[in-house]
Amino acid sequence: MADFQTYYVPEQSKWPIVATVGLGVTLFGAATIMVASNQAESTNGGWMIFTAGVLIMIYMLFGWFGSVIKESRSGLYSPQMDRSFRWGMSWFIFSEIMFFAAFFGALFYARVFAVPWLGGEGDRGSSNMLWEGFQATWPLITNPDPEAFPAPESVIGAWGLPLVNTILLVTSSFTITVAHHGLKADNRKKTKIWLGATILLALVFLFFQAEEYVHAYQELNLTLQSGIYGTTFFMLTGFHGVHVMLGTLMLIIMLIRIHKGHFTADSHFGFEATSWYWHFVDVVWLGLFVFVYVI
Amino acid sequence: MSAVAGTHAQDQHHGPARGFSRWLLTTNHKDIGTMYLIFSFTMFLIGGSMAMVIRAELFQPGLQIVQPEFFNQMTTMHGLLMVFGAVMPAFVGLANWMIPLMIGAPDMALPRMNNWSFWLLPCAFLILLSTLFMSGGGPNFGWTFYAPLSTTYGPPSTTFFIFAIHIAGVSSIMGAINVIATVLNMRAPGMTLMKMPMFVWTWLITAFLLIAVMPVLAGVLTMMLMDINFGTSFFNAAGGGDPVLFQHVFWFFGHPEVYIMILPAFGAISQIIPTFARKKLFGYSSMVYAVGAIALLSFLVWAHHMFTVGVPVAGQLFFMYATLLIAVPTGVKVFNWVATMFRGSLTFETPMLFAIAFVILFSIGGFSGLMLAIAPADFQYHDTYFVVGHFHYVLVPGAIFGIFASAYYWLPKWTGRMYDETLGKTHFWLSFIGMNLAFFPMHFLGLAGMPRRIPDYALQFADFNMVSSIGAFMFGSTQLLFLFIVVKCARSGEKAPARPWEGAEGLEWEIPSPAPYHTFTTPPDVK
Repeated sequence: MADFQTYYVPEQSKWPIVATVGLGVTLFGAATIMVASNQAESTNGGWMIFTAGVLIMIYMLFGWFGSVIKESRSGLYSPQMDRSFRWGMSWFIFSEIMFFAAFFGALFYARVFAVPWLGGEGDRGSSNMLWEGFQATWPLITNPDPEAFPAPESVIGAWGLPLVNTILLVTSSFTITVAHHGLKADNRKKTKIWLGATILLALVFLFFQAEEYVHAYQELNLTLQSGIYGTTFFMLTGFHGVHVMLGTLMLIIMLIRIHKGHFTADSHFGFEATSWYWHFVDVVWLGLFVFVYVI
Repeated sequence: MSAVAGTHAQDQHHGPARGFSRWLLTTNHKDIGTMYLIFSFTMFLIGGSMAMVIRAELFQPGLQIVQPEFFNQMTTMHGLLMVFGAVMPAFVGLANWMIPLMIGAPDMALPRMNNWSFWLLPCAFLILLSTLFMSGGGPNFGWTFYAPLSTTYGPPSTTFFIFAIHIAGVSSIMGAINVIATVLNMRAPGMTLMKMPMFVWTWLITAFLLIAVMPVLAGVLTMMLMDINFGTSFFNAAGGGDPVLFQHVFWFFGHPEVYIMILPAFGAISQIIPTFARKKLFGYSSMVYAVGAIALLSFLVWAHHMFTVGVPVAGQLFFMYATLLIAVPTGVKVFNWVATMFRGSLTFETPMLFAIAFVILFSIGGFSGLMLAIAPADFQYHDTYFVVGHFHYVLVPGAIFGIFASAYYWLPKWTGRMYDETLGKTHFWLSFIGMNLAFFPMHFLGLAGMPRRIPDYALQFADFNMVSSIGAFMFGSTQLLFLFIVVKCARSGEKAPARPWEGAEGLEWEIPSPAPYHTFTTPPDVK
């Protein structure tokens, strides 16, 4: 075992318990807000709990990642540790894929089964008796019960902003790869420029996405409440948007770390993990573009 | 075997810290495993008490003790606590304790995340149990929380329930990522995949199932959250959604989930039977492939929970045949266990008793599962006590007996002391009799038409229900004996040698009992 380097098992750490309290308080606060607003009660208490939880989470994230970075930079991590991180990140991304799969599944089920059945098609067509005269269309512009779920006037076409956004995200996948090549060649300037470009593309994407939401809500009456089309549209693009935000934050942190001189040409898993995550977000968008906007 | 710890005095290898901070801040897989097991047993007792309330109410026909609203909360919470609070954490606890010892690793791959996975559980169940005291009561829609019962008609506390299960799900996903990273990356040199103990194999596959389906559970919970609080229409046909969509997404999680609760027990039984038969496990590689096959098939059978909801006939046929197919790899496993015992030098210590009962009673649960899988027959059994009997036969003598067998088997390694064999056997026989008395009559009740999840029933069901309740009280109170046995073992049991079982093989028996705080800091050589 000449090449054996002891696997680093960290000492006691307060971060897991801080993270538990943070997550628990945040979600308890969120639930309190929701329940109170459903019953038309004051949500102030809920917001206070929620804010406290978020602050604890922010403190934890800085502290926990900070100590991991410190350990990594002081050379405590062996190649074996590096592989643990790689497995961890890969399986985390796999779990994210399965999360999105649930929502894509809901979209497919609604389009292929639920809506046509409500319109009287096939074996289950008897559900048409619930709302006689309901016509199944996709996008669903008239809901079975328009009073409970007022329908949108129209939906967002694929070939305007969504196409631009697709180009932006695909390009950003290339730019981050160029940045990665720069890091591997120890060309920091190249890395900074192309990573900066990636962040810029991400921010423009988020801006356009926000623009699209405002347009949908204010002019098209396309909202979360406008039936299954609005539901699947906003849940899929919304969760994707949240992931882009998170990814952008990670990219910004990577830029700061590179600026500070972190990482070496052959050891920079933090950067790689961010880039994996970014590619994952990109691929999800391609699925969204095809199944939510185009088809 | 040079790898026994205790000789390593480097700076980072202290013994355990003193006081409560040892448990709060620990990164040690043994500490975390212990906490998981204690937590699980606590939930087992709380969830068990709820079962006692249910059985007390059903002791006689008519409303006796509780109101139907509260009865519904009890059935729901009993299911949630047992599934997410007792069985799953118990297996994660066993994984934490045993996987590093079995593959010669110094700890789990990501020790701090490991501690986070654990502490999220008390947090989740604190929130879940607190819903019982909120206005409108706790969740009352069954542990499967079908929409629209849980969305349109659920109590206000449903939102808290959603977040509680979210937190438990996050814990499971991180725990599973840790197990996979540990098994794939931390094996001692020479420990090839096909040399791994079966318990490690089954957990590797379980971890894959967890990472694949817990996010889907998170998805369906999020859809509920949005339907309840933000006006979406996933499960509301008025907006073009469909309540049946809920069942599809839920059971896409739910069916692999039942294998998540049994595969680690398969693994543990595959360790225990060879030990007490003093023979190698029969058909090791076929065991590995069988577990893999069960796991893959588990993704293709979810709609057998939904035959009566109006699945198209082609779908019913597909899901029926796919389900029946699972009997093949399961049959391989049962055959191999029996073949391992065949002509072995058997002895019947407590772990072995639980293991043998596991093989027989789990098979009975499997057979009633086959009956339920046959679509036309299922129309008769669906939502009756037959289903309750079936899944309690796979979960109690399956998962729970698997956990008890493991606990008795590895207690000497954990505590360094032997448990009291007479008391252990008493615990086994009382559990065995109580459990059969409680759950076997449920099959007859169901076939005769008694629906599940009701607080009152027609008079013709009275006798079997009384028998069932007596069995349940017997099984429930017996578990306090287990608590006593474990405490007695830890405090004053006889000192145990490194290898307390004559026929036991594997790395975990090469280190002293109790296992030192740090083990295998230098990896052992595996022959």
